[in-house]
Amino acid sequence: MLVKVFVTLKEGVLDPQGKAVQNSLQSLGFGLVQDVRVGKYLELQLDVAGAADATEQARRMCEKLLANPVIEDYRFEVAE
Amino acid sequence: MRWGVAVFPGSCDDDDVVYCLRNVLGQDVRTLWHKDAFDGSCDGVVLPGGFSFGDYLRAGAMARFAPVMQGIIEFAQAGGLVLGICNGFQILCESGLLPGTLTRNASLRFVCRRVLLRVEDNSSPFTRLTRPGELLEMPVKHGEGCYYADSTTLTELRDNRQVLLRYSNAKGEACDTANPNGSVDGIAGLCNRGRNVFGLMPHPEDAAETMLGGVSGLKIFSSMIAEIRNGCGA
Repeated sequence: MLVKVFVTLKEGVLDPQGKAVQNSLQSLGFGLVQDVRVGKYLELQLDVAGAADATEQARRMCEKLLANPVIEDYRFEVAE
Repeated sequence: MRWGVAVFPGSCDDDDVVYCLRNVLGQDVRTLWHKDAFDGSCDGVVLPGGFSFGDYLRAGAMARFAPVMQGIIEFAQAGGLVLGICNGFQILCESGLLPGTLTRNASLRFVCRRVLLRVEDNSSPFTRLTRPGELLEMPVKHGEGCYYADSTTLTELRDNRQVLLRYSNAKGEACDTANPNGSVDGIAGLCNRGRNVFGLMPHPEDAAETMLGGVSGLKIFSSMIAEIRNGCGA
């Protein structure tokens, strides 16, 4: 079963990488860009019985390793 | 004094720390391989700089789960002296032994230069041979040394005098221009509430001989040795 995990910076945490991307986009003529935040996307292939199990296991993985709760939030989607 | 220096795949300053302790300070040193258990039979442990596990995911995120870290975390929780330098600081934050975390330098550039550090507090095993306000000079070399903690944590750090070193100019002012990485409050090094775990981004082991440009870094190790000699450590 495929789980798609999104790890993003918490609100208020500075993102110099996002600022650099924003500046690049603006200098390319995309003046409409007001803010950029860079995060991480992970795909996990899990050997689990069902979606409920996948959800529980993915949550534990995010809490333990995939996200740092000091600066990051996470969310995930379980794909069939 | 018996020292243990942890070695992870991707550590690269472990030899510098071993050399500093063994050859410069005449200490009894052994390395602690990341796959081995650590039984706590040391007076002090150093987590060295480098790029453990390639800095994948986040710097220090995977080293924190290496078998050797289990014993080092228990050693720290029992009051043992643990010093984390650069990547070692990142590992201490990831493992929860120190609050906050280290993120990408505000400049987005790898920074490699000598910095001045102002001693903020000398009531710790790591700074007891320094004076408050004293300036120490050491090199930094990192891409992810921007210390971050939320405002509640920062207040706690101040209230408990846990910030031991701040980036400073030659006048002893902790100003933005002296801050090489954008760390909040110019924090270069801090300890836990128990004052037995210390993490810093600058490299004391690389400021340990005159031919390297200075010996400020020895004060950190010598402070720890003095602490153990006085029987205050683990």
